[in-house]
Amino acid sequence: MITAFFNQMPVLVVVVPLLAAPLCVLAHRAFAAWLIYCLASWLAFAMAFLLFVEAKIAGEVSYAVGNWAPPFGIELVIDTYSALVLLLVTGVAAVTGPYARKSIASEIAIEREYLVFALMLLCLAGLIGITVTGDAFNLFVFLEISSLSSYALIAMGPKRRALLSSFQYLIMGTVGGTFLLIGIGLIFMMTGTLNMADLADRLPEVYATRTVQAGLAFIVVGLSLKAALMPAHIWLPNAYTYAPSAISAFIAATATKVAVYALFRFVFTVFGVGYAFGTLPLGIVLLALAAVSMIAGSLASIFQTDVKRLLAWSSVAQMGYIVAGFALATPAGVSAGLVHLLNHGLIKGALFMAVGAMVWRVRASSINDLAGLGRAMPLTSAAFVIGGLSLIGVPATAGFISKWALMSALFDAQHYGVMALLLVASLLSIIYVGRVIEALYFRPLPDDVSHHKHGEAPLGMQVATWTLIAVNIVIGVHATPELEAAARAAASLVGGAP
Amino acid sequence: MNQFLTETLPGLFNYWIVIGLMMIGFYTVIAHDNLVKKLIGLTVFQSAVFILYISMGFIHGSTAPIIIDGDPVYAHPLPQVLILTAIVVGVSTTALGLALIVRINEAYGSIEEDDVLAADMATSEGEEAREEARSEQAEAAEGHAATGADDGAEAHESRPA
Repeated sequence: MITAFFNQMPVLVVVVPLLAAPLCVLAHRAFAAWLIYCLASWLAFAMAFLLFVEAKIAGEVSYAVGNWAPPFGIELVIDTYSALVLLLVTGVAAVTGPYARKSIASEIAIEREYLVFALMLLCLAGLIGITVTGDAFNLFVFLEISSLSSYALIAMGPKRRALLSSFQYLIMGTVGGTFLLIGIGLIFMMTGTLNMADLADRLPEVYATRTVQAGLAFIVVGLSLKAALMPAHIWLPNAYTYAPSAISAFIAATATKVAVYALFRFVFTVFGVGYAFGTLPLGIVLLALAAVSMIAGSLASIFQTDVKRLLAWSSVAQMGYIVAGFALATPAGVSAGLVHLLNHGLIKGALFMAVGAMVWRVRASSINDLAGLGRAMPLTSAAFVIGGLSLIGVPATAGFISKWALMSALFDAQHYGVMALLLVASLLSIIYVGRVIEALYFRPLPDDVSHHKHGEAPLGMQVATWTLIAVNIVIGVHATPELEAAARAAASLVGGAP
Repeated sequence: MNQFLTETLPGLFNYWIVIGLMMIGFYTVIAHDNLVKKLIGLTVFQSAVFILYISMGFIHGSTAPIIIDGDPVYAHPLPQVLILTAIVVGVSTTALGLALIVRINEAYGSIEEDDVLAADMATSEGEEAREEARSEQAEAAEGHAATGADDGAEAHESRPA
């Protein structure tokens, strides 16, 4: 029984949230749906952890869906790279559970709450599917499952502007998804296979053809759209700002990260480093876009009046950091990019949760509305401060670890210009985080204020926020396990000693 | 040129159609203001990709992959099955997009993107102006506090006993 469970785990981690979603709809009660969400996401997290350990021991876990032998059937492959991203996704989903109960209740009508949890489970199933699959077309399907459910989730935001943000995201996301579909079609045309490992074997024969070059271009553009890399970031600020708070936290911490994961899964595993970064100049293109993202995103977030929008623009900048690491295509660079991908997911999740707790009380998210909350909500504000410090990259936080790794990787690769821009962007982040902290602590609570709720945020929201903050500090103090795992993942992607 | 007319053009006929449809769809998404027309463009764009997949698996004069007597040529069934999945994705996207348009129409009374954006712009400009005024107010209040009389306690403490 137990062995059977362990053998089926790679597929169960997708199937459990996928089956729990219709259960939520059938349950029809907000509380029951929430309970199902929590159980399914915690179970998925536990399985993700076991898979991570298994991948560490075995190097790679492979599972043939329906017992059809790969490359003919769909194969699920979990190596350290995917297991790390899987841990992030399921971990954030698991802490969003306790958080979402009160946060969703304050923003969405009770008769529609169960649908939110069903959609969150579908989105989670899609995101998990992307990380575990070893099949190119399967990846597209899971990407669309997660995207479609996140469009619907964003449209549930309390303001009417959520609707148009969601529609714009739908248009851009679908164009991105269709580009990915074209790219996969083109490489399928040349190789006749969809299995990633098999593609990697067969592509070198046809490297020189224009079809494969066009395929790579379509895949990179399509996934950059989903990952909100600079010229394709327009959907992101609106989507994160107007989504319900719990959804902002969940999507900001996972969706774009998984798109980056998929992008580099294709570039490194399927096309190969030598082709994408040697024969074709993908590295310099991505590095340039990343540099623009860093500076433009940070500059834009300084001028925002809304805290959620400020954090969203900062996400655009942080995507630049992550892609800069991966675009170096050196073992140090890829592992730094991966570490920042994980750490930034944890940081942004925590920050959006802290802001969401303030929104729960104030029902507004402009910086001025948060004035004086430092005394009124001491715990939540403290969580925001620690998260903000981690975002800036202060020592003893997770942000410092990944920025240090990024800086040294850029230094080794002799990209001093990008390194300088990264420092400038970090300085700019002091300004925007500082603006929020100034409002929280150094402005008095207005006398005529009428908050919707009083006192601190509910226990569930506190526990979720502080769990993520605690993970941030733990990584900041003792980063060795994470760095080692990332180095192993980088070694399997681009070669070199782990 | 002759070879182009006799072989390349008719031989790649499907692909020319695919490119044409793709560009028409993409242009409609970008250029049109009406949200429903945008969605129609998106559907045309996706359909072009479906045709691309079906074309790549088809061999001229081939049949469906069913075992029959003789030595028939089969069309590749895999792209067709893949595209069945992609069509489902496309239908869900269109359904979700139309549902969003209905909600947008209810909330704004228009499905022209310009009108909706103008309505949004009006609210957000008002909000921003209000926020700016509040920020200035807060700063002014701080300045007042710094020079005001509420640091009397310190003055009292520093007085020699």
